[in-house]
Amino acid sequence: MEGTAVRGRLTWQTATVTKITPETARASTIVFEVPDWAGHRAGQHLDVRLTADDGYRAERSYSIASAPGEPVAITVERLEDGEVSPYLTEELRPGDEIELRGPIGGYFVWDPATDHGPLLLAAGGSGVVPLRSILRDRERTGSAEKARLLYSSRSLPDVIYREELERPDPGLDVVYTLTRSRPPGWRGHAGRVDDALLAEVAWPTGQGPLAFVCGPTSFVEAVAEGLVGLGYPPARVKTERFGATGGRQ
Amino acid sequence: MNPLDGNAIGGLLHEVFGTEMTDAAGTCVTCGQTGPVAQAVVYLDAPGTVVRCRNCSSVLMVFARVHERYCVDLRGLAVLEAR
Repeated sequence: MEGTAVRGRLTWQTATVTKITPETARASTIVFEVPDWAGHRAGQHLDVRLTADDGYRAERSYSIASAPGEPVAITVERLEDGEVSPYLTEELRPGDEIELRGPIGGYFVWDPATDHGPLLLAAGGSGVVPLRSILRDRERTGSAEKARLLYSSRSLPDVIYREELERPDPGLDVVYTLTRSRPPGWRGHAGRVDDALLAEVAWPTGQGPLAFVCGPTSFVEAVAEGLVGLGYPPARVKTERFGATGGRQ
Repeated sequence: MNPLDGNAIGGLLHEVFGTEMTDAAGTCVTCGQTGPVAQAVVYLDAPGTVVRCRNCSSVLMVFARVHERYCVDLRGLAVLEAR
């Protein structure tokens, strides 16, 4: 029953691109109009399907970048040898139609009504996308929970949503660590996230923090293990891993 | 090959089981550990999709798509409980 949204079923739908905004040299945010969108929760993702003229199909998952209540948006980082991301970031134009299905996921989800405790959000590269949805949801719902974002990026120009993240917000701290190159005079953190940096940034366990960690597999494993080492209960460390091929990106 | 986690197959699981399954609790038949499907180790690029236990690496589930059908092997799971 493709093309028809059945309640409770996950069906492929045709969405129309309404807006494309470059975020960095390699990443763009694509906003869709989806006729039968059931509404999403912060942290969920969707699947995109491309079909070539010869019938060959490629599917990829992308985290939803927008908050619940906002138009559906994804942020896509172009992979040089990618099958789908170069099309999405370079060929797609407003008005184009694309097949997608979602929202997907019930684990890596933040619900401001039921999830309590200060938020520790850790992003590796484009892993920041679902965390941005959480931050926007926090802002839109007027949540009283404080949030810290630890964002590991190759360089400052590779930071996605930088302007938005640096808007003054007394309840949000953003800490960058730059792994590959730093601007002259950079006084922030450098290199990969390690236990010392985590110990400095993470909320004390006594405050009942809730952590969301998203990024490449090696990043997620290092951060999740580090947080558990600091005493975070594993159930309070939600993780989502993506790879250079297949699943995420 | 870079393993992902159960979040990456949320769409596939929904297709097969008809409901959201990343937050379902799976119990490994080999080691007995129970955890959310989202936390299992997932290989998308194996022949088919292979889901392994994060604790003991045993195979929990295998999904193979043959023409428009899924062949599903759940022998590695003692329990799979949707919330």
